[in-house]
Amino acid sequence: MAKTPVQFRLNGSDRAAFVDAPETLLNTLRRGLGEFAPKYGCGQGTCGVCTVLVDGEPVLSCLTLSVACEGRHVETASGLADGPELHPLQAAFMDHFAAQCGFCTPGMLTAARALLAKNLSPTRDEVIEAISGNICRCTGYEPIVTAILAAANAPGARRA
Amino acid sequence: MATMEMRKDLFADERDDNLNVVGKGLQRQDMPGHVTGRTRYFDDHGFEGLLHLKIVRSPHAHARIRSIDVSAAERAPGVKRVLRGADVPVNKNTLLSLINFGKDDEPSLAVDKVRYKGEPVVAIIAESEAQALAARKLVRIDYDPLPTVFDVEEALAPGAPTVNETYPGNYFEYHERFDHQKLRFGDVERGFASADIVMEHRYQMSPIEHAPTETNGTIAAPDQNGRYLVHSCAQGLFFSLDTTAKIVGLPSNMLHFVGGTVGGGFGGKVDSLTEPLAVLGAMMTGKPVRFVLDREEEMLYGSPRGAERIYVKDGLMRDGRIVARYIRSYFDAGAYTRLSSYAAIKCTAHVPGPYWIPNVASDIHVAYTNRCPSTAMRGFGVTAVDFALEVQMDRLAEAANMDPMEFRILNAYRDGDMKPHRRAAKNTALIECVQVAAETANWPLSEQARRQTSHTGGAGERGQVPATVIDTKGQIGRPDTRAGTATQTLPAGTMRIPLSKQPVMDGSRDGRAAPTQVPRYEQVSPAITPPAPPPYTSSPYQSTTSPPASQLPPGPPMPAPVPPPAPAAPTQTQHGAVRFSSVFGTRRR
Amino acid sequence: MARHEGRGMASVNYPIGMNLGGDPSQALIHSNPEGKFTVALSAIDLGQGMKQVSRQIAAETLGVPVEDVFVDTADSDTGPHDMGSFASRGTHRMGNAIIVAAREARGVLLEAAAEELEVNAADLVTDGRGNIHVRGAPSKTITVKATAQAAQFKQGKTIAGRGIFLIPLSAVDAETGEMNPNTAFAHACLVADVSVDDETGEVEVLRMTSAYELGRVINPRMVEQQLVGGAWMGISHALYETPEPYYPSIEHGPRDFNEYLMPGPGEIAPYHVTVLERPAPDGPFGGKGPGEMCANPVLPAVANAVYNAVGVRVDELPITPEKILRAIRANGGVKPGPRRGGPVNWR
Repeated sequence: MAKTPVQFRLNGSDRAAFVDAPETLLNTLRRGLGEFAPKYGCGQGTCGVCTVLVDGEPVLSCLTLSVACEGRHVETASGLADGPELHPLQAAFMDHFAAQCGFCTPGMLTAARALLAKNLSPTRDEVIEAISGNICRCTGYEPIVTAILAAANAPGARRA
Repeated sequence: MATMEMRKDLFADERDDNLNVVGKGLQRQDMPGHVTGRTRYFDDHGFEGLLHLKIVRSPHAHARIRSIDVSAAERAPGVKRVLRGADVPVNKNTLLSLINFGKDDEPSLAVDKVRYKGEPVVAIIAESEAQALAARKLVRIDYDPLPTVFDVEEALAPGAPTVNETYPGNYFEYHERFDHQKLRFGDVERGFASADIVMEHRYQMSPIEHAPTETNGTIAAPDQNGRYLVHSCAQGLFFSLDTTAKIVGLPSNMLHFVGGTVGGGFGGKVDSLTEPLAVLGAMMTGKPVRFVLDREEEMLYGSPRGAERIYVKDGLMRDGRIVARYIRSYFDAGAYTRLSSYAAIKCTAHVPGPYWIPNVASDIHVAYTNRCPSTAMRGFGVTAVDFALEVQMDRLAEAANMDPMEFRILNAYRDGDMKPHRRAAKNTALIECVQVAAETANWPLSEQARRQTSHTGGAGERGQVPATVIDTKGQIGRPDTRAGTATQTLPAGTMRIPLSKQPVMDGSRDGRAAPTQVPRYEQVSPAITPPAPPPYTSSPYQSTTSPPASQLPPGPPMPAPVPPPAPAAPTQTQHGAVRFSSVFGTRRR
Repeated sequence: MARHEGRGMASVNYPIGMNLGGDPSQALIHSNPEGKFTVALSAIDLGQGMKQVSRQIAAETLGVPVEDVFVDTADSDTGPHDMGSFASRGTHRMGNAIIVAAREARGVLLEAAAEELEVNAADLVTDGRGNIHVRGAPSKTITVKATAQAAQFKQGKTIAGRGIFLIPLSAVDAETGEMNPNTAFAHACLVADVSVDDETGEVEVLRMTSAYELGRVINPRMVEQQLVGGAWMGISHALYETPEPYYPSIEHGPRDFNEYLMPGPGEIAPYHVTVLERPAPDGPFGGKGPGEMCANPVLPAVANAVYNAVGVRVDELPITPEKILRAIRANGGVKPGPRRGGPVNWR
C-alpha cells in the first residue's frame, strides 16, 4: 500500500512521517515518531490514555487518523512543561499525589490542560466532566480532581 | 473528598517514632516521570523492524480440534511466521511449577482440544498489526464441539464432562489424598448441637476483570550475545523469566528481562500471558516481536478474579458468642489451574476471619470449568470470603439482637488466641479498628465495648489447640467418599507441622544501631500466655485528638466465649505429617 | 417511591506476605564514589509505590538523606531475584531484604569512616544529613561523601551490601489444615452510608468512614493513595463490576469500558480514613502492607448498608439495581432497619 506523507507540528517542532491511510495518530506518534507519552489503552476511544491536543482541542489519538492532522499542531503531555519548568498542572499532580501507576497520567494532564485553556475557574463538576472520558484504575479519581482544581488558579495555568 | 488522619496515640508504646525518613510523606521517586510522560512502560520502546503477534482464539468453550490449516495465513501479505502448538518447545506448563506446586496442565497454544472460549490456538506474526489481524481470518480450524460445564458444583457432580484431563475429576488434588483442602479445629458438629441458633447462607462472588489501563504485553528482541531482551509488564520479573525460559526451552541467562514499571496490575500480570510467545516469536523470526493484548482480549481472555461460591454455617449463642463455624467453598479455576490452587490454601488460613471461635472447619474446593482461567487479584483468596463472612456477621448480630459493632468486638480475636490453622495470633488490632471507626462515624458503643483491647482477654484457654475431629471424606477418585465421614479424634494440643523458623527483624524498633545485623531466626511456638509487648522507647508524639476509647482502663471482659475442652498435654504426632512437596498436591512430573 | 438511607459496617484482617512463605526477596545496594547509593532490585512497581518505599527504607537504614538513594526496579541482569509484587508481600519481604543489604553497606561505610577518623566504628553514628560523627562528640566528624571517596580511592573498600529475606516454606497438613501461613496481619473496620432508590434500585454510596491498622506506615501519603484508591475499587466491586453478569453463564461479557461498568470521577464517595500503627515484629520498621486489603471491607459494608436501608440481602455480587428490585419485590416491599448513630464526626 502506498504511504502518504504527513507533516504536523509536535509539541512545537516540525515532524513528518509516511503513513498508511488508515493509520491512527497514536500509532504514528508512538511507532513512527518515538513519542511515547500518549498510551495505548483500548484502541476504542473508551479509556482516554491516548488523549492529545490537536490545535488545542482534546482528541483521542487512537481514533484520529494521522492524515487528518496534516499541517496542524499536535501536543502531548511531553509538551506540557516549559523547558525544565513544570506546568502548574504537573506541579499540582505531584503535590496531590495524583498518580500511582502513572499510565493514565499523560492523558489526564492533557484533558485537564484543555479545560484550563478555556476555563481558569472550573467548578468541581466541570473538572469531572473534563476527565470523564479518562479512566484511572488506581487512585479513585479523588486526588486527580483535587489536583486539577488546585492548579486552576495557579499562575501560568492557562499557559498553552 | 478524602481525608486521612494518623492516630499516633494508639500502640505508641510499641513504636519508636523518632525516625529520619520512614514515616514521612515524601514525594514518590517515580512521580516526576509520571507527570512529564517520561515514565517508560514495556511498550514505550522503539525497535527497527518490529513485528506484531496476534492470536487466533477458540470460538468454543469446549471442543476437540480436528484440524488446523494455516497455509493461507502463511501466504498472507506481511506474515512472517505462524506458530502452532507443535512449535512451542515445552507446550505444557503450570505457573506454580516453579515452586513445585501442582501438575503442568496448560498449553501455550492448544493442540488437541480447547477448554475455554478464547483459548489461544495459533499465533500470527506479521509486519503490521493490521496484516496480522487480516491473516488471522485466514486460519481454518475444524472443531468438534464437546459438552460444557460452567457451574462449579455441577463440574464436581458425577457425570460432568472432564474439562482438563490432567485433573480428571474437575478438581485440584491436594496432598495426593483429597479433592479439597481441609481445615479442622475442635468439633463443629458438637458446636452446632450446643448452639441456640444455627444458620447457613450461600454467597457468590462475581468474577472481576483487573482492568489495568495498560493491557498485558511484551516486546521481545534478539540481542547481542545471542540473548533476548524482553520488555515485560510482569508483576514478578523472575517469575515470568523462569516461566518463559521453561516454555521456550532456553537457559534462563539467555533472557534479559526489563520491566519493573507497570501500568497497573492488581494481579492480572502474574500469569505471563504474553512473554513466552513473544520470545518464541523473536527466536523463530530473528526479529523483535511485540505481543500486546487489545482491550477486548484483556477483558474477555485476560484471566479474571476467580468467582468463589461460599457457604457459611454458624452456631450462635443468644448472648452473641459464635461457638462453631463451617465453611464450604468452591473456587472457580476456569479451565486451567493458574493460581487458584494456591488461593484455596490462603483462604483456608484465613478462615474463620478475624474472630476467635472454638470450633471451626472448612472444605475449600478448586473446581475446573469451561471458563477463562481465573487468577490472582487484589485480595486473592480473601476478598470473597470477607464478603461472605461479614454479611454473615451482620445476620448473626441481628439474630443475637446485638449491635453489629459490639458483636464484632465480642467475637474479635485477640493476642494469643489460637487460630484454626494452629498458630497463635499476635500483633492483633481488630478491636481497636472497630472502636476507632465507630468513634469517627459517630456510631455509639457501650462503655464495655469501648474498654476492650486486643492485648487482653485472649490466650489462656483460648490459646490452646482443642481436641479435634478429623475425617477422610472427599478422597481423590472416590466421589462416593464425599459424604462419608470416617472420623477420628486428635487429642488436644496435637501439632503436626514443624513450627517454622521465622526471621525476627526487630520491626518495632529502629534497627540502625546494628549495622551488619542479619535476620535472627527464632523458633516460634504457639503462645500459651499473652506475649509481652515489645520493650519500648518513648514517643515524642503528643496526641491532639480526644483520648481514644481503647486507652480507657481495661474494663470487665465481655462474656467469655465457651472454652474449648481442657487441653491434654501437647503431643507431637507424625501421623499424617506431610513432606515438603505434599502441600502442593501431587508432585509435579 | 423514595430514597432510603442505610448504614452498614464490616471488619476484616489481612495476611501480609505470600502465604506459606518460600518466597525470597533479594536486594543489592552500592555507593558511587561520592556516597550516593543505588538500590538494585527486580521488584515491580505497578503503581503501589515499590520504588519510593524501598528508597525510604534504604535511606533510613543507611542513615543518609533520601535524595542520596535511587531505586532501580527494572532489570533482571542487575536486580537480584525477587518473587514479585503480589500477595501484599512487596513492602514486607523486600523491605526486610533492603534493611539487611543496607545494614551491610552501612557497616562498610562506618568502618571506612572509622579508619579516616581513627576511632572505633562502633562509636560512630550518622545524622541522616550526610555526616558521620563520633557519638557524643559531633565535632569529630566526616561526611559520607569524603568517606566514600576515601573508601574508593585510598582504602580500597567496596561500600555495598547484599540482602535476602526468606520466610521458609511451610507444609500444610492434609487433615487439619495446620500450617505456618504468614507472620503478620493488618486490620480494618469500615462504615458505609448508602442511599437506595426503591424505584430504580440504584445504590449511591454517600460516604465511608474507616480505621486501618497497618503496622508502621512507611509513607503516609502513599498509604492514603492506596486506601483511597482501594476503597473506590471496593465500591466498584460491590456495585458494578463483572465480566460475566449472568454468571455462571459466559454470555453477555463486556468487551470495552463502555460495557464494563466502574464508577467514574462523578461518583466518588467522600471518605475518611484513620490509620493506626501497631508495628509487626517481623516487618521492615514494623511495616505491614495495605495494598490488597483496602477494597475488602467495602464490599460487605455496602451490602450490609443496603440491608439496613431497605431490608434486602443481596448475597451475589455485584449488587445491581436489578437484584435489589427483585429482592424488594420478593420481600414484600422496603423494610428499613434501625438507625445507627448520628452524623459522622469528620467534616
